[in-house]
Amino acid sequence: MNFIEFVSRNRAVILSSLVQHIYLVCVSVFAGILVSIPAGILLSRHRKIADKILAVVGIVQTIPGLVMLGFALLLFGVGNTPALVVLSVYSILPILRNTYTGLTEVQPGLIEAGYGIGMTSSQLLFKVQLPLALPSIISGIRISTVYIVSWAALAALIGAGGLGDLIWTGLSTYNTNYILAGAIPSAILAFLFSGLIGAVQRLATPRGLKEVKHDE
Amino acid sequence: MIAFRNVCKSYGRKLVLDNLSFDIQEGQFVILIGPSGCGKTTTLKMINRLVKPDSGEIYINGINIMEHNPVELRRSIGYVIQQIGLFPNMTVEQNISIVPRLLKYPKERWKAIARELLEMVNMPYEEYAHKYPSELSGGQQQRIGVLRALAASPPIVLMDEPFGALDPITRDALQEEVKKLQRKLKKTIVFVTHDMEEALRLADTIVFMHDGKIIQMASPEEMLRNPASDIIREFMGRHINGRGAAELYVEDVMRTRVLKVPKTIKVLECLDRMDRWQVNSVIVVNEDDTYAGTVQLETIREYGKAGHEIGELVSQDTPTVSRHSRAQEVLDHLLNSPYKYVVVLNEDRTVAGLITPTSMTKAIGEALWGVKS
Repeated sequence: MNFIEFVSRNRAVILSSLVQHIYLVCVSVFAGILVSIPAGILLSRHRKIADKILAVVGIVQTIPGLVMLGFALLLFGVGNTPALVVLSVYSILPILRNTYTGLTEVQPGLIEAGYGIGMTSSQLLFKVQLPLALPSIISGIRISTVYIVSWAALAALIGAGGLGDLIWTGLSTYNTNYILAGAIPSAILAFLFSGLIGAVQRLATPRGLKEVKHDE
Repeated sequence: MIAFRNVCKSYGRKLVLDNLSFDIQEGQFVILIGPSGCGKTTTLKMINRLVKPDSGEIYINGINIMEHNPVELRRSIGYVIQQIGLFPNMTVEQNISIVPRLLKYPKERWKAIARELLEMVNMPYEEYAHKYPSELSGGQQQRIGVLRALAASPPIVLMDEPFGALDPITRDALQEEVKKLQRKLKKTIVFVTHDMEEALRLADTIVFMHDGKIIQMASPEEMLRNPASDIIREFMGRHINGRGAAELYVEDVMRTRVLKVPKTIKVLECLDRMDRWQVNSVIVVNEDDTYAGTVQLETIREYGKAGHEIGELVSQDTPTVSRHSRAQEVLDHLLNSPYKYVVVLNEDRTVAGLITPTSMTKAIGEALWGVKS
């Protein structure tokens, strides 16, 4: 049975795995955004402790995914919940780091000018700092998303489903078709997400930051 | 309009402002100048509460600024900084109108303001309003920076070395424009710079600071003529020397080391002193040190009698001038009268010095070419 035949016969299963995979990625990245952007803003205002906190988050990131999934299994049981928790935690660091960097790299002159002309700190944040940090933040989201697409394949191990299911089935039964049916869509998925977010990033970059011309 | 009263500020152990008290009048162009670290920028930033004094008070129109909400205070004071500080994510129009928009002006009004201000600096609205700062030259950017500070018609505008990063030609043009705008709009401007040329050009009043204290607060003319300390003189360097012969005053060209003798001195002793000084005439003063006249060596040789007082030989033919007269008048005396020198008198008629052709030539040379002999 060749691969094409396999795909057409198992269309429904592959499709539902794909949808489940996308669901896992979207929910966990979204949760990651909800946590890390406010956290990044907070850190940018407490720079003295920011480095320490970023270091701690970095260490968490280095814990192997399987270990994390094991812990989550113990805490939350089998299914979507532990997988989403673990994937969300993994999506935090790139976004957090890029939010922090984006905000702290706004020129001090702009901050001074903002306060000097009478902006409140929240006006400064929303009218100046966040728009200027946006390209960096979105690039963090892009990195996170691409990571999570591959991490999510592991989540099948604790019963969260997704394309990982097909891959693990293939690995345990020496069935190349299963492996390919899981691996190819997840590779394409990573590629598409990356391209899509890249397009959003270009749209969100303030025009004034794109064209750097110098007449003098 | 703005009053500092006993303002002190330290950063750590370093005292930056040392009991500062001064007043700025309405409509004045005031320049804070001094070597770096003198406290000028700190002083400026206290006016809009970007820096808080450790002690002392600052009043604007009689109201202590600590009684204002800082955000409202800052919106009522224009602010221009050296790094320009235009928001790169906003268009020229959005940058100019930011304060009116923060103050919730209706859209037609803030748009009209942006248009009017752009026209004022000859940057047509249609061409520039929708450009971004990165699409403008440095000079154009700082023009917009100045306009942004003016947009909500604040009576006071603070400028922190606004033209420091610009090339000389652009800087000249912007200085000109700012001076014009200030005259036209009658703003009170407080301006920090370390460039004396800029200060002399723009200021109504220059406040010279050093080590957190005001060394001198005076008009540019006054500061040029009577710098209060060596630091100021050094800071003004070539401006003192290179200001052109037309602005020379008697006190700039006179020599102060002159031989003066009291009226009561005896003729022989006078001859002895003249011999030691190697001069052939002497200035004679009364008991109260006021000017009595001069005596020439030939007069003494012809009429002098040993044992008599020199006062008997005094002549008052030598021209005298006040130390505050223009040097040019003295030049006429030196050229058109038989006298080889002119005596310079203080207000109280004591002798300040004298002008000889040599001292005059030296001073004019210095003024024209800036050389010190």
